[in-house]
Amino acid sequence: MTLSEGARAGTRKLEMLDSLLALGGLVLLRDSVEWEGRSLLKALVKKSALCGEQVHILGCEVSEEEFREGFDSDINNRLVYHDFFRDPLNWSKTGEALPGGPLGALRAMCKRTDLGPVTIALDSLSWLLLHLPCATLCQTLHAVSYQDSCPPGDGSPVGKVHVLGLLHEELHGPGPMGALSSLAQTEVTLGGTMGQASARILCRRPQQHPTDQTQWFSILPDFSLHLQEGPSKEFQPQSDPHIPLVSKNANPILGSGKRGENKSYRGWGWGQGFW
Amino acid sequence: MFPELNNLLNTTPDRAEQGKLTLLCDAKTDGSFLVHHFLSFYLKANCKVCFVALIQSFSHYNIVGQKLGVNLTMARERGQLVFLEGLKSAVDVFFQAQEKPHPLQFLREASAGNLKPLFEFVRVALKPVDSGAAGWTYPVLLVDDLSVLLSLGLGAVAVLDFIHYCRATLCWELKGNVVVLVHDSGDVEDEENDILLNGLSHQSHLILRAEGLATGFCRDVHGQLRILWRRPSQSTSQRDQSLTYQYKIQDRSVSFFAKGMSPAVL
Repeated sequence: MTLSEGARAGTRKLEMLDSLLALGGLVLLRDSVEWEGRSLLKALVKKSALCGEQVHILGCEVSEEEFREGFDSDINNRLVYHDFFRDPLNWSKTGEALPGGPLGALRAMCKRTDLGPVTIALDSLSWLLLHLPCATLCQTLHAVSYQDSCPPGDGSPVGKVHVLGLLHEELHGPGPMGALSSLAQTEVTLGGTMGQASARILCRRPQQHPTDQTQWFSILPDFSLHLQEGPSKEFQPQSDPHIPLVSKNANPILGSGKRGENKSYRGWGWGQGFW
Repeated sequence: MFPELNNLLNTTPDRAEQGKLTLLCDAKTDGSFLVHHFLSFYLKANCKVCFVALIQSFSHYNIVGQKLGVNLTMARERGQLVFLEGLKSAVDVFFQAQEKPHPLQFLREASAGNLKPLFEFVRVALKPVDSGAAGWTYPVLLVDDLSVLLSLGLGAVAVLDFIHYCRATLCWELKGNVVVLVHDSGDVEDEENDILLNGLSHQSHLILRAEGLATGFCRDVHGQLRILWRRPSQSTSQRDQSLTYQYKIQDRSVSFFAKGMSPAVL
């Protein structure tokens, strides 16, 4: 790689994570069994922490140790972890469960007194959606995501808020997915082919047409991002019309005829990434 | 246990990974041979095993276990195996007075229940014993199978919550393992089962999927096994690994071979 190629690659590396965090608001990370999204979530968390933002993690699906794995102490010291993995439903009744559960923690972030920029990572938004009414969750996400556009009464400025939500596509129907999509400023749909991961990024900028681009990437062990060229077009497999889909529901965001149609509710094992 | 399957999984009873969730799945075939494999595997690994058996009787698992070199009766008597026989227990729920919540208490409840009593049963069965006299290596929960809980009226989220708590307690806190079987309903649209299967797939470190052949029954090839190793929280620079083999089940073993390489056709 020449110096100029390396510089361009470095610039593109910055651009992908920067573009995902540029708009603020809700960023949906839509993953699947074949193309997991937690590593990209962690890469974005690392990026936010390195930018000096306050970072809150609502951890529902994996343990705190597992989530922090791979981050160095600099990053870990900047993360505020809200543990909803050990006892999310208060079954132990030891009094150690956080009061109000994940929804209470999310609502508390709407009332924060520290008004600097903040990133809130939801691991995962799917867990919340399975346990809370969709309307309640959407209302809370809207309040949290847009608090920077509704400053407090004294007029003091509120720093940008990023809400990163990890969403497992196969678990939810088109209704909840559509509701969350309508709230999101940025949607990232993870996929890939021939062992290479891709992110299809849909950005909705105010008063502009949405932009849609695909980036090929990998996440390194330290959760930094490495952009790649992607497989040669001649080796990209065409979709197999004989692979049956579990549900006939069309993806409301990508529309018909686009890659990823009917991906929500696609049965496990039918993805082309592994099988 | 099946030595050839151990070779494919690159594991042995004395060096198995801990703190993992393994998902067994079958589609258009019977994947119970995988349950028998892991039951004998973990008993031979000297683990403390809690087996929530909802499908077959104790004697059925014992007969098969003896073919694979383990004696479930003796394992139960020495305290290594805690066996919840669902077929028998389900009757007890209705016809015997219960002093405390029964593990299958949800069968008595009119409204949608949860599996907290079953989790409590598992937690007590596998909690470390202070005396340390038995010296078991680590705890293991085996469930055969989770799909039947949906058929008995529970929702997918209730079953996912049960497995969540089992993961938190057994995998994270006690560094043990959880192995569960879920059926894939395939062409039949079963929304709850799909949520359960996909939800567990996202949480699993290892997925074994037994599938019937697309061409139908074959005397010499009984099905195909897909193996997927996942790293739910680690970087993608090491892509998750997957393998596919065909298999033939024999009286006391299962042989595996590459697709199209059955000894019968070579």
